[in-house]
Amino acid sequence: MQIGRVVGTVVATQKNRKLEGAKLLLVQPLTLDDQPKGLALLAIDSVGSGIGEKVLVVIEGKAAGDALGRKAAAVDAAIIGIIDSVEVTG
Amino acid sequence: MQLARVLGEVVSTMKDANLTGMKLLVVQPISPAGEPVGRSLVALDSVGAGVGENVFFVRGREAAFPFYPAEPPTDASIVGIVDRWDLD
Repeated sequence: MQIGRVVGTVVATQKNRKLEGAKLLLVQPLTLDDQPKGLALLAIDSVGSGIGEKVLVVIEGKAAGDALGRKAAAVDAAIIGIIDSVEVTG
Repeated sequence: MQLARVLGEVVSTMKDANLTGMKLLVVQPISPAGEPVGRSLVALDSVGAGVGENVFFVRGREAAFPFYPAEPPTDASIVGIVDRWDLD
């Protein structure tokens, strides 16, 4: 899983049938120091997160499909948690 | 998934039989600011996208799912046409 921040919402009327009703959010992956790292990705939201929140993202198809609750859905990333805090002591 | 802009179409006559009749589009991943980022790639289209449109595409094994029960050998497929996106 990766840590990211929700930076935007996406509206797409015409999309794959299995994605109907899914909330699509733009997520910027972050380093542990909260610095943006890499290209923002599009993830489906299964936990009710919103813009500005720090979230936990799975970037793998099977896991993302499970989060959406639909089998064989064409998704490869899903927000599966809203992060309250991250503590790195190592 | 990633945001991208459709740049062009690919025509291929000799191809895997499971790709017959499918539309191959050149897509350029873009940042939330709309700027091109990284290398362009070829994706299968499942939603009727066209050149100039903003879309999002899925990567990996799941890229074949929109075409079920067909199983085209693809690692990237367009699964949505983006009307708009809003940033904070």
